[in-house]
Amino acid sequence: MTTIDKKTSASGATSATGAPLLEVRDLHVEFHTRDGVAKAINGVSYSVEAGETLAVLGESGSGKSVTAQAIMGILDMPPGRIPKGEILFHGEDMLTMSAEERRKIRGRRIAMIFQDALSALNPVLSVGYQLGEMYRVHLGLSRKEAKARAIELMDRVKIPAAAARVNDYPHQFSGGMRQRIMIAMAMALEPDLIIADEPTTALDVTVQAQVMDLLAELQREENMGLILITHDLGVVADVADKIAVMYAGRIVEQSPIHELYKRPAHPYTRGLLDSIPRLDQKGQELYAIKGLPPNLMKIPPGCAFNPRCPKARDICRTEVPALVPVTEQDGGELPGRGSACHFWKETIHG
Amino acid sequence: MAELRKEDEAVDATPNVTEVETVEAATETAAVAAIEAPVERGEPILQVRGLVKHFPLTQGILFKKQVGAVKAVDGVSFDLYQGETLGIVGESGCGKSTVAKLLMMLETATAGEIFYKGQDITKLSGRALKAVRRNIQMVFQDPYTSLNPRMTVGDIIGEPFDIHPEVAPKGDRRRKVQELLDVVGLNPEYINRYPHQFSGGQRQRIGIARGLALNPEIIICDEPVSALDVSVQAQVVNLMEKLQDEFNLSYLFIAHDLSIVRHISDRVGVMYLGKMAEIGTDTQIYDHPTHPYTQALLSAVPVPDPEAREGRERIILTGDVPSPANPPSGCRFRTRCWKAQDKCATDVPLLAIPERFQGSDTPAAHESACHFAEEKDVVHAA
Repeated sequence: MTTIDKKTSASGATSATGAPLLEVRDLHVEFHTRDGVAKAINGVSYSVEAGETLAVLGESGSGKSVTAQAIMGILDMPPGRIPKGEILFHGEDMLTMSAEERRKIRGRRIAMIFQDALSALNPVLSVGYQLGEMYRVHLGLSRKEAKARAIELMDRVKIPAAAARVNDYPHQFSGGMRQRIMIAMAMALEPDLIIADEPTTALDVTVQAQVMDLLAELQREENMGLILITHDLGVVADVADKIAVMYAGRIVEQSPIHELYKRPAHPYTRGLLDSIPRLDQKGQELYAIKGLPPNLMKIPPGCAFNPRCPKARDICRTEVPALVPVTEQDGGELPGRGSACHFWKETIHG
Repeated sequence: MAELRKEDEAVDATPNVTEVETVEAATETAAVAAIEAPVERGEPILQVRGLVKHFPLTQGILFKKQVGAVKAVDGVSFDLYQGETLGIVGESGCGKSTVAKLLMMLETATAGEIFYKGQDITKLSGRALKAVRRNIQMVFQDPYTSLNPRMTVGDIIGEPFDIHPEVAPKGDRRRKVQELLDVVGLNPEYINRYPHQFSGGQRQRIGIARGLALNPEIIICDEPVSALDVSVQAQVVNLMEKLQDEFNLSYLFIAHDLSIVRHISDRVGVMYLGKMAEIGTDTQIYDHPTHPYTQALLSAVPVPDPEAREGRERIILTGDVPSPANPPSGCRFRTRCWKAQDKCATDVPLLAIPERFQGSDTPAAHESACHFAEEKDVVHAA
């Protein structure tokens, strides 16, 4: 039910501005290192609407975090370089903006939640000070007002006894509470879009469930867009609306969330799903994707997944497959689905 | 005081030194013989009884006085049978890694006994302890920090032979190391490479080869796959299962990922705040859990299947794990438990088959440390 509500409100927001909240078009990012050029992102396109959650799934080195850093404008340049691509926020290309204009967006309109809250927070400043900083720097509030707002925020993310704990330092909080503070900080200026980079990876399962629920609830209340970066197919299963699977700097599959688990249309996604042991039954030997993720300095020609793919044929070694729409066997539309596999038809339809 | 008295006794005994030595040597030889003796499959190879580890908390710089203790492990008992995999799950801070360190004799236990083939290893020394150490090996979590970056792979895997030269004579080592590389699925020609030349999954294979080098009977795996990517995780888990069959190993598999633990384990123990909450076979724990903590833990696991997910009940615990320096009285889980009553604050529940299930042969009849143990399926869709 909630997804339907979200969809309608999302389309409402789109029609008002005419453009999606965020649209990434054919983004390329490369890093110039001593040993050569590492092509971290090779043409990524995706979009997020207000009130929508996009999960970006990938293993280490797939480019999921680099894409987020490029959107936030926190890529180290050099060695990073964006040779090509557009990042449209409300229809405006952020890559051509001045540093001044970008700074106005960063934190206020697009905020980010990092994986490791302990290293993302300053250990020598109290959490109240760090939360209040958002208001002092961006809105010019006084220290006193900022602190009052910080307490409100801590209440909002359900930190018990917020008023008493506002002067505590990050190390005095548990992992789950620290991640709540990170969420509070991202929420502070009511941004339009939040990018959460592995927000629950460092947390225990029972706490992970609490934090994911909180994030989803706040997003619903504020009708924000949310990009959820993760390597865990389980975490995103019931919070995301749609998902993009990345491999070697490209999107290999995109899909509405439920569809993906039911019928993957790319051999890599299928391999990932098959290689996870199930909680509710004891399986035999696990399916394992053979080989290793590619070296970004030497991405294999053709489809980057071909050396590990059980279905690879000659065309896979020479031609890079484009991300094409996926349809039913009878040609019926499957909205929102795409696969970058030459043989997606046999992958999805068996 | 106790130590002083022991010394006095030693002084008194000086005339009989040789006699004492021979008696000690004889008991040591007997211990070594017991340790080297094979154990039948399905017999207990390791028995842990009332294991306790408290880390002292001190105050003051010059005159340190103990003001308390972090009760990392507080009375844990379990058996590990020959040829099986015992999974230990629990959240961070529950003491599962401390148990691993105690079994490896990397930490000294505050109290309790660890019997390896009937010998209490906490009381062994000299040759007998060395023999035990050879037979219990460990694979660590982080393949990036557990391999010395300045040593070649050959040196890393061959280093155990320096301490136990009887396993591989000097001239034979290189061949032995190459064999091990082959066994774990690495190219034997990589023997002169350094750890940084390998990926995470390959490094974990090197760590496993090192653990196998001395032909141990038990391998303690502390989160061996949690640092690896999903696609590589499956490769390493499969390798570990293959090696278990090939070398007849017993595994103690410590992890926080409940799905992986179910996949690899024959029996599973659930730890919470230094105590064992529930222990049983994988079916008993996953399909018929009776401890509320196990139920909450299982229900919180994200499932990569939205349809199976929708029918499942989710129990979301409130709050965080309390500090092990000051654990709650009675049942340690009571502060987060929805079933807690007055009794839970006063009586520590013992790890035993709950009375109501005693004598019956339902899968719910397994050891669970809860006053109000009852069965609840949280894993399968309703």
